[in-house]
Amino acid sequence: MRFVDEYRDGEAVRRAAAAIASIQTRPWTLMEICGGQTHSILKFGLDQLLPEALTLVHGPGCPVCVTPLELIDQAVEIAARREVIFTSFGDMLRVPGSRKSLLQVKSEGGDVRVVYSPLDAVRLAEENPMRQVVFFAVGFETTAPANAMAVWRAHELGLPNFTILCSHVLVPPAIDAILGAPDSRIQGFLAAGHVCTVEGTGDYEPLARKYHVPIVVTGFEPVDLMAGILICVQALEKGEANVENAYRRSAHTAGNPAARALVRRMFRTCDRAWRGIGVIPGSGLALREEFGAFDAAHRFESAHIRTEEPKECIAGEILLGHKRPSQCGAFGGRCTPEHPLGAPMVSAEGACAAYYAYRRTA
Amino acid sequence: MSRKLTESIFLPALKNPALDALHDGAILSLPPGRVAFTTDSYVIDPIFFPGGDIGSLAVHGTVNDLAMCGARPLHLSAGFIIEEGLPLADLRRIVASMAQAAAVAGVTVVTGDTKVVDRGKGDQIFINTAGIGVVPEGIEISPTRARPGDVVLVSGEIAVHGIAILSVRQGLQFETELRSDSASLHDLVGAALDVAGTHLHVLRDPTRGGVASALNEIAASANVSIELEERSIPVNEAVQGACELLGFDPLYVANEGKCLAIVAPSHAKAVLEAWRRHPLGRDAAIIGQVREEPRGRLVLHTRIGARRVVDMLSGEQLPRIC
Repeated sequence: MRFVDEYRDGEAVRRAAAAIASIQTRPWTLMEICGGQTHSILKFGLDQLLPEALTLVHGPGCPVCVTPLELIDQAVEIAARREVIFTSFGDMLRVPGSRKSLLQVKSEGGDVRVVYSPLDAVRLAEENPMRQVVFFAVGFETTAPANAMAVWRAHELGLPNFTILCSHVLVPPAIDAILGAPDSRIQGFLAAGHVCTVEGTGDYEPLARKYHVPIVVTGFEPVDLMAGILICVQALEKGEANVENAYRRSAHTAGNPAARALVRRMFRTCDRAWRGIGVIPGSGLALREEFGAFDAAHRFESAHIRTEEPKECIAGEILLGHKRPSQCGAFGGRCTPEHPLGAPMVSAEGACAAYYAYRRTA
Repeated sequence: MSRKLTESIFLPALKNPALDALHDGAILSLPPGRVAFTTDSYVIDPIFFPGGDIGSLAVHGTVNDLAMCGARPLHLSAGFIIEEGLPLADLRRIVASMAQAAAVAGVTVVTGDTKVVDRGKGDQIFINTAGIGVVPEGIEISPTRARPGDVVLVSGEIAVHGIAILSVRQGLQFETELRSDSASLHDLVGAALDVAGTHLHVLRDPTRGGVASALNEIAASANVSIELEERSIPVNEAVQGACELLGFDPLYVANEGKCLAIVAPSHAKAVLEAWRRHPLGRDAAIIGQVREEPRGRLVLHTRIGARRVVDMLSGEQLPRIC
């Protein structure tokens, strides 16, 4: 298939692996930020082709995984209301809240629907004027423009029955938190190509300088990932710490100006709690006050719901790259995709789920 | 109500002597051989989809379950649970497509039942079909017969049905020319049995859960490992594209007109050629091999040359966020 096969070409991947091995002179530890990248690495088995002295640590870029437990609990409570049609991207449905998941709400008779685009949720609101349609707006910079557009559209249509339950998060403040941690061992970053396609690369320059780490904008296919790793290792070997772009076919320095403008029009940055990690200052997006009428937490007064994270789940250490999923005592035993203790075991992009699916005995 | 439906819709469409008798049950004479007997219930949404509907699916699914036992399918029963408010025109269309699918498969619907339930107590229409068939002497199909060295074949492009259904499901509509592959597979199975006989060890139609789930089950039953070659697995471009967009793995997507066969290496090529000559098997391919280790596991040899486990799917695949 065109535009897929060429980026999964075994020959090209093996050439890149050989190039990495030939220039590497000492051990390096890189973090791939995005869960989609983690998933690709394990699914295609890229880590099996890399030198042993190159360690890939899996970052927090899985929107399902970092959505706080209490937000799931709020979603569950809103979705169970009779007047509500609760809409969400598919992979949020299975995430367990402290008592139940959205799928359980659905099986108990709640009107929970999977949509592929937030604009479909706006259309549902138009078609069902007697119902309240709520969209679960989670994700990184990647999904923010579409969610901003949905609210803008609802605003233009004057829809009184559309709201979003918003838990948007931003990548650069998370990188800042990871590198700023006293025990950080990350020496180079593979930044998420899709995020940079929207937001550009400007926010990463100060981080590369502040912590003296190379940050390489990297795609998601095997050839993209190997190219990103190669450029990052080259920079480390030379002692350079710049922002480089290994995903030029999609990401550009300025990002997508129209999308960025819309996101800034609808959202303001705010402090945001990340599941298992805690509050990271300036790491979230919230609706601006003038669009407060579209905020589901406000309309359904769900913000009072507070939930403690379970003690046994070490999602925070996994998401910060301190531990691998297989180093967790609960992994594969008390915590499985059927009975997850935490979100990284639920989401297709979660590091624990990826290890569980691809690495148990192979 | 039920009697009126029987007389005005079911009997005329599904006409045959056993059914026409309107007895409490059908009395049948079967040809010699062991009897295969199976049942399945069809509760799909939407009930009409590109390439079929719940009626044709209810015939194909049960005919295929018999075919996967190595049986020649002969007779079906049909039970209908109809929600009040289903348009009669829809019911007629469903029954007509059942009748056509049965005629193509060479089976007769010999007994049936209809219940109408209150609005809200069902979802338009549910259909249960049971089927009987006869397994000829000398045919021995069982998942436990997969043994190291055997070759794994698939009869065509995978994941077509699941993606075609998804494309018309509420909330996820996308434009595609994909049509479900729903079809009766007994003739395709017959073509394989003709050339391989007892060397055909295992048959399976990879419906819900897809190829990955079916092969995982076989690996567990036979206590062997199955290794797939990723680049050999036939996937249609439109299916691949939809899977890329939705974040699905085609290995887990449902099929309704595809068959997996595990065959002794001596006869694999003959089955492949027989299938490729058959209209339902033109894109058949050899996709893997049975090995000893790791026991009970399905392993994928990826296109970049690495190996990984392909696990059973937990729950349904859900479209991902980004």
